Amino acid sequence: MKNRKRFMENAIHGIFLILGMITVGCVLLITVYLVISGIPAVRKIGILDFLFGKEWASTAAQPRYGILSFILTSVYGTAGAIVIGVPIGLLTAVYLAKIAPPKGKAVMEAAVSLLAGIPSVVYGLVGMMVLVPGIRIAFRIPDGASLFAAIIVLAIMILPSIIKVSLTALEAVPKEYEDASLALGATPIETYFRVSVPAAKSGIAAAVVLGVGRAIGEAMAVMMVAGNAPNMPDLFQSVRFLTTAVASEMSYAADGSLQKQALFSIALVLFLFIMLINAALNFFLKQE
Amino acid sequence: MKKYTALIAIGSLMLAAMTGCGKKDSGTVSTDGSTSMEKVIGALGESFEENNSGVTFTYNPTGSGSGITAVAEGRCDIGLSSRNLKDEEKAQGLAETVLALDGIAIIVNPENPVNDLALDTIGKIYMGEITNWKDIGGNDLEIVLIGREAGSGTRDGFESITGTEDACKYRQELTSTGDVMGAVAGNPAAIGYASLASVKETVKALLVGGIAPTEDTVKDGSYVVQRPFVLVTKSSTDLSETAQKFFDYITSSEANEIISSAGAVPVNE
Repeated sequence: MKNRKRFMENAIHGIFLILGMITVGCVLLITVYLVISGIPAVRKIGILDFLFGKEWASTAAQPRYGILSFILTSVYGTAGAIVIGVPIGLLTAVYLAKIAPPKGKAVMEAAVSLLAGIPSVVYGLVGMMVLVPGIRIAFRIPDGASLFAAIIVLAIMILPSIIKVSLTALEAVPKEYEDASLALGATPIETYFRVSVPAAKSGIAAAVVLGVGRAIGEAMAVMMVAGNAPNMPDLFQSVRFLTTAVASEMSYAADGSLQKQALFSIALVLFLFIMLINAALNFFLKQE
Repeated sequence: MKKYTALIAIGSLMLAAMTGCGKKDSGTVSTDGSTSMEKVIGALGESFEENNSGVTFTYNPTGSGSGITAVAEGRCDIGLSSRNLKDEEKAQGLAETVLALDGIAIIVNPENPVNDLALDTIGKIYMGEITNWKDIGGNDLEIVLIGREAGSGTRDGFESITGTEDACKYRQELTSTGDVMGAVAGNPAAIGYASLASVKETVKALLVGGIAPTEDTVKDGSYVVQRPFVLVTKSSTDLSETAQKFFDYITSSEANEIISSAGAVPVNE
């Protein structure tokens, strides 16, 4: 009887182990697959020509595979989204954590959660129908599909992650810190920005990194508003991101062609970016 | 222990049953490929299902390249491509059958006063040699070039017909016909191209060299911006009985009416 119990116990442990390994296995599989399918094109094109080539013309008679414009666009686009999204998100989080009346807080938090749940294709659609023509008229440019439109959409898309993670960090600041500051004569606003925010800084940094991760990995919404022409980044020009470069050409690339392999290489570059961001995230979380 | 044995027995029985299903002719036809062919193949599939009860028709709109890959990998019966096969694809043992012809309409915003452009003017516009609508009888607006992504059948067709391969100065490269029409409908300075079958009233189709894009002008060749709709099959393996029946049906003259009512021009007499 005891033996049998032990057997069951071991069996269940085994099952859990297998279930856990599924996730790990997927990550490994994707990594290995990306590396294997991403390396050949880089070898054929040459790593410098690939990473620093300014021209992308994958279906031309003399194909050129330079992805510098995609890399810079992704970096600028993400930076722009952070510049706009972080102040809004952080200040919203401070308001929600410290100032907002409970009822207002509940409504706003629900709205933020809802914003997080909106599918990216909907962001793209609204961007395409409202934002792009709006930018065209407001800035008197021939066409509104541009890096700027993508930055606005991304800034809105990263708000929920920034607000939620910062909010958690701010709420975790011990009340004694704030009480001490108030008792020393600081005003509430001084207290929030001189005491609470600095005390929550590693959590806020994690929020920013999470926002970066979300922005750099977004494809669908960006594809619908950025215009997708492989230009060097310019605020009011049509641009192509790393993600959209893969997504827009993958469905038509012939199997085994250098074009398809190069698309995998772009995915590999994107993957490395996201790995870096994850490493940064882990670093900030460990500091806490 | 008995429980486990029973479980294993049931499991293996189920597996056997499943493999049994796979081998039988299941009465389905699966197609995969060009998004431009959606209307045509959808209408044909529907009428085929009506005439043959119990048969299931599926269509997966993935794009010409994906459809060709799918048929090469045996993931569908018939691949749909809105361009002729490339040599490297034919070398994989794929065969093409032209189902119909499709005109590519050159579309502008309805507010645009321009109605008619010559083919080489269109080429010059797309290569960036003409950049303002006022030079060709329109308003004083910078021309905004809307196109499809690299590899799209429509783009390939358009660029090879207008002689602008790899030279187009696109402002926007969009991934579907609907997106192109949305962008053109939303910008009075835009010009784009889209499959004639899917052009809607939100945009205006231009005459090319004085010829309006219609079924007659595509079929007699006088409207020059046109391309083939191709059925892709594997030459090494035979189609399943149902798929063969479907193939014969859509390439027969019986299907012509359906093809033309879906906006394409039938070629099989």
